[in-house]
Amino acid sequence: MTALTRHRLFWPAAVLVVLLVSNVFFAPRFFSITVHDGHLYGSLIDVLRSSTPLVLVALGMTVVIATGGIDLSVGSVMAIAGAVACLMIGDLPNQDSVGGVLLAVAAAIGLAVVLGLWNGVLVSVIGIQPIIATLILMVAGRGIAQLLTSGQIINVSSPPFRVIGAGYFLALPVSVLIVAAVVAIAVVLTRRSALGVLVEAVGASPTASRLAGIRARGLTIMAYVFAAVCAAVAGLIFSSNVASADSNAAGNLIELDAILAVVIGGTALTGGRFSLAGSVLGAVLISALDITTYTIGIPAETTLLFKAVVVVVLCLSQSAAFRAVVLRRRRTAGAPA
Amino acid sequence: MRRKWFAALLAGALVTAGVTGCGGDDAGSGSGSGSGGDKITMGFSQVGAESGWRTANTKSIQESAASAGITLKFSDAQGKQENQIKAIRSFIAQRVDVIAFSPVVESGWDTVLKEAKDANIPVILTDRAVDSQDTSLYKTFIGSDFVLEGKKAGEWLVKEYQGKNDPVNIVELQGTPGAAPANDRKAGFADVIKADPKFKVIASQTGQFTRTDGKEVMEAFLKTYPDIDVLYAHNDDMGLGAIEAIEAAGKKPGKDIKIITVDAVKDGMTALSQGKINYIVECSPLLGPQLMDLAKKVKAGEQIPNRVLTEETTFDQEQAKAALPSRKY
Repeated sequence: MTALTRHRLFWPAAVLVVLLVSNVFFAPRFFSITVHDGHLYGSLIDVLRSSTPLVLVALGMTVVIATGGIDLSVGSVMAIAGAVACLMIGDLPNQDSVGGVLLAVAAAIGLAVVLGLWNGVLVSVIGIQPIIATLILMVAGRGIAQLLTSGQIINVSSPPFRVIGAGYFLALPVSVLIVAAVVAIAVVLTRRSALGVLVEAVGASPTASRLAGIRARGLTIMAYVFAAVCAAVAGLIFSSNVASADSNAAGNLIELDAILAVVIGGTALTGGRFSLAGSVLGAVLISALDITTYTIGIPAETTLLFKAVVVVVLCLSQSAAFRAVVLRRRRTAGAPA
Repeated sequence: MRRKWFAALLAGALVTAGVTGCGGDDAGSGSGSGSGGDKITMGFSQVGAESGWRTANTKSIQESAASAGITLKFSDAQGKQENQIKAIRSFIAQRVDVIAFSPVVESGWDTVLKEAKDANIPVILTDRAVDSQDTSLYKTFIGSDFVLEGKKAGEWLVKEYQGKNDPVNIVELQGTPGAAPANDRKAGFADVIKADPKFKVIASQTGQFTRTDGKEVMEAFLKTYPDIDVLYAHNDDMGLGAIEAIEAAGKKPGKDIKIITVDAVKDGMTALSQGKINYIVECSPLLGPQLMDLAKKVKAGEQIPNRVLTEETTFDQEQAKAALPSRKY
């Protein structure tokens, strides 16, 4: 039992379970999953589906943070990816063409690679502080997305594109499958090869790792490219979900949610050791928190306060020092006088 | 060599200054804006470009400024009040003739509006109101009456369910918390339906005026409340997102769940003509010509009413089919 409660992810997991269970009091069928039109349907599926963009962004953010950096531009990259894909699909003579949609998706991801290279080069070659370097693309990127769409919401009616964010394969949401695949690839690459250790070394001490013969510069650039690609896929899921590209709303402030998810997952912002599983858990937790506010009917004006309280409780529960104080007090109170 | 360069630059600067100064047709003063010349300069601070409605609003203002011969200094606040306050301060510093803006939120404008008043620059509010007690801080407010829009939505609902006594379960998708359209559309709607106890708003959440949030919130509503009869969304976009959620739940939008929205942008009107929405209350963004007219009157020192309504209507499914081909936004 103590081994379990000492696990790094015990407290976030416990809060997630408490959140999900608390929904049952307001929506008795919260945990029921039924089959609807040949696919799974239920609140838990909603939690997973709506968490997909954030999980992806948090995944990329984890690797960047592990190198000792931070990427504020992910939300803007999401907006650009969605805008590029929807514009290209809108120009297709036949929006049903799978090839055309794949081309649009490839173009969006290709552009994200370029944007990631830009961030990576600014940070590791030119040596700008990561928070400033990525701030450039955060501001300019949203401007680019708005310029591309001329501030309008771009609608598409392309069934193949809809599959990404709203489709189902083998009764499971395609977006969840895509995210599961990306998570699996990232875990295998970082934990079954030396890549993860190298990234942690760069984050822990760039100088020492360089002296040890690690190519810190290349690894850092790679981390930013990975974050941008993750954000682009997130942007595609986001815009496919509502069959439109909204360059103002897409990924707005998601960088902060992603950083929160990473921190909840136990990765330190100072770089070094990281936990992909923790970040995924953190992202699902944040999305479950959103759904919970809707289900239990928190008034719109107090939603943010409710979320803040949950996050504070979570952070306190994760702090060993805080737990020690609370437990000691309880013990002394319980002891006979 | 260097001196030659400098002289050339200086000469160039003088020439351009001369051109801009006398660029107007018969404007005599030539000393730039704000000095009582015929050409009016207007500083306009827009909320952002968050929806198709807003883009049409921006376009209308820009086009009618050009055709009215008013120099427009346009600034986009990207949905942030601090950006808007900065923009207004910079308009005051530039001594524009008229400041017009569409406030991001209702409160917190007294200080900056006082600064404009002290600088003797008239302020016109467009599309959204402020909650300042001191109405002398602005000349007029041109825009839709959001309370009236909410009432129109409620009146349609009352008519639709006339003669039926079963309870009507309503869910509401609100706009951004604190924004005037969200507050007023909620209040107007509630005001009309409260007369009849069969109408019950069983859930009300913010969908932030966006499709994604509208969809996400509606998904949660559908699971929590199995018997929703009516959806009232504060704008078309949230309604469109909700339609996706309703369809994914295997229900028919417009039939199983009746949908009322506000705005009447093209996408919303299309859904209305397809029978997926039942009723849309128009909130017209095309207030540019009226705004320019007011600016000229204010500049000329004429009296203007302190509340000007934009002309708007409502659409049911048949009217939408007729109006759709000529819809501008």
